[in-house]
Amino acid sequence: MSDFLDGVRKKIEEGMRLSDADALGLFECPELLEIGELAALANRRINGDRVFFNQNRHINYTNICVNRCTFCAFCREQGKDGAYSYALEEIFERASDAAASGATELHMVGGLHPDLPFDFYLQMLSGIRERHPQLHLKAFTAVEIDYFSRISHRSEEAVIEALMEAGLGSMPGGGAEIFDAEVRKQICPEKISGQRWLSIVEKAHRAGLKTNATMLFGHLEEPRHRVDHLRRLRELQDRTGGFQAFIPLAFQPDNTRVPGARGVGGVDALKTLAISRLYLDNFRHIKAYWVMLGLKVAQVALCFGVDDLDGTVVEEKIGHEAGADSPQMLGREQLLTLIRKAGRVPVERDTLYNELRAFP
Amino acid sequence: MDRIRQKVEAGRALDGGEALYLLQQADLLALGKLADAVRRRKHPLGRVTFVVDRNVNYTNVCQSECRFCAFYRRADARDAYLLDYETIFAKVQELREHGGTQLLMQGGLHPELRIDWFEELFRQLKSRFPDVQVHSLSPAEVIHIAKLSGLSMPECLRRLKASGLDSVPGGGAEVLVDTVRSEISPNKIGWRDWASVMEEAHSLGMRTTATMMFGSKERPEDIVEHLLRIREIQAATGGFTAFIPWTFQPGGTELGGETAGGVEYLRVLALSRVVLDNIDNIQASWVTQGDRIAQIALFFGANDLGGTMLEENVVAAAGCSFRLGREQIVELARGAGFIPARRTTGYDILQEY
Repeated sequence: MSDFLDGVRKKIEEGMRLSDADALGLFECPELLEIGELAALANRRINGDRVFFNQNRHINYTNICVNRCTFCAFCREQGKDGAYSYALEEIFERASDAAASGATELHMVGGLHPDLPFDFYLQMLSGIRERHPQLHLKAFTAVEIDYFSRISHRSEEAVIEALMEAGLGSMPGGGAEIFDAEVRKQICPEKISGQRWLSIVEKAHRAGLKTNATMLFGHLEEPRHRVDHLRRLRELQDRTGGFQAFIPLAFQPDNTRVPGARGVGGVDALKTLAISRLYLDNFRHIKAYWVMLGLKVAQVALCFGVDDLDGTVVEEKIGHEAGADSPQMLGREQLLTLIRKAGRVPVERDTLYNELRAFP
Repeated sequence: MDRIRQKVEAGRALDGGEALYLLQQADLLALGKLADAVRRRKHPLGRVTFVVDRNVNYTNVCQSECRFCAFYRRADARDAYLLDYETIFAKVQELREHGGTQLLMQGGLHPELRIDWFEELFRQLKSRFPDVQVHSLSPAEVIHIAKLSGLSMPECLRRLKASGLDSVPGGGAEVLVDTVRSEISPNKIGWRDWASVMEEAHSLGMRTTATMMFGSKERPEDIVEHLLRIREIQAATGGFTAFIPWTFQPGGTELGGETAGGVEYLRVLALSRVVLDNIDNIQASWVTQGDRIAQIALFFGANDLGGTMLEENVVAAAGCSFRLGREQIVELARGAGFIPARRTTGYDILQEY
């Protein structure tokens, strides 16, 4: 093993923080299995043998979006072929299906719709809460909070407070993409800046909401941009402790408009997950999002520092529009098998990582 | 584990108990590192090879009717087919135009195709496409053709070789344990027949590959037995160029069920590399695993990505349809830090990228 990896191993074994240079060195290091072993060690210390999943359902209530991010294959312009918006009743129906099937969480994100008023989203939350108070509502990214604040002429704090009063339980981690301004200009020029994303999420944390954090990788960014992204997340987490899981999202190039984007190979996907586990020492969970990684890679990722496989999902649209070839949903039995065959103990959790049931 | 590691480092063959331990109990990454060390020792230049080829399935009519197969049809089925020579030549012509060097022609056990049909086909293929390697048929087909034609298997193989068969792919091995075979492919030849065709081919100077299809009904012990049997044949003949483990694809088959996961695949792949110390090449199966796992497999013992497969029908029939072009295969190897190289069927290097 190289001196560099020896140094990293020592730091991990002693519980010391990795520097940015360490993380960058790991991205350039060809020793995939050594990096994986270190990440597995770091994860085992935090989560033991447990691998978390939940029973959830995605509701992508609209694909109409005023932002036209070049990496996105999901959004449509209003009035164009394939554009859709669910009415409240349609959303409530999906929520009922989810509740009936044993889901504990709804994951709701959508486009920035040009006409829907802020009140629509409040009614969506409160309507579901009335009907299914047991469902945890995890919804809206920082990008949507910013948009709601603009269309409702309220402060972000006021938007967050109103959403929480209507039933918002936590926020997913989307819209982070890559924080670096130069890369952002190329892949999502109309989207809020990385700095604003971080500042809105900080406000959500201060208001008492837990959130996740994502990173979209494998488009035009370089390793240094990934490390910069991780550093800003680690700093924010030091201040608030509000992040639950970090979720690196493998970019899917189909049907998108990012010239020169290459997509993500299996080796890069595993390395990125493993390095995230090693660098983000203040995050409890690293999630392999099987929708974008594929089931086989997601299972292998459990040996590379990952402790969370997301959930049963049901009817995911965003990754699939971009060519993800994973199934639309996963049964609980399939998830259990996947985890067990990787030699680990499946634990069903709720959105806030309370353990509902272990399957030893 | 330490004892196993020392044995592997010293280049000594593992026994069945040690192999079973690795398969069932070793940490995946520890097993991967063992396999990676063997791969580095055998392929110190860091090359990852592939061949430009095409699968041509001359018929889907098959009397074997294996329960794991979604490709076969009965002779009277509406979508049963038999390709005529001209269709086959057109496909090989297209392969040549893509710079292909290997024709992997396999089909069902057709009730009427006798040896003269194959001899004439191979002769014409050789005269039209002298620089395409005919890497075709499989032990089950050779025995079937021999039986239909009233020939002994060695005589059948000798005549096929004389008419143009260059080498034999290792398909139809499934799991080389008869209790498993009787469950998943009751009408197919037993493991000893499979081995005898390979031994005969090797003695005639033909190289072959060996495969294993796992993830159906076998036990871990059966996987180990399969590997030991391959290793034993190789010790006697030295005729295997490569070993190719791949996973049962349940879609549309009588057996059904689930396919093996990524972890199980990498485990078996790495174990193959470690146990089969007398076989030079281990192929990753991107056609059943997808490009991401195939790339990861290069760190779990694989040094070869098989063929570009201009055409593939059998795995696709089970609903598994990964496609990779030559550029993508080159990128896949390069992206993992290896030197991509195009090769012949016999593993001679034609071009480094």
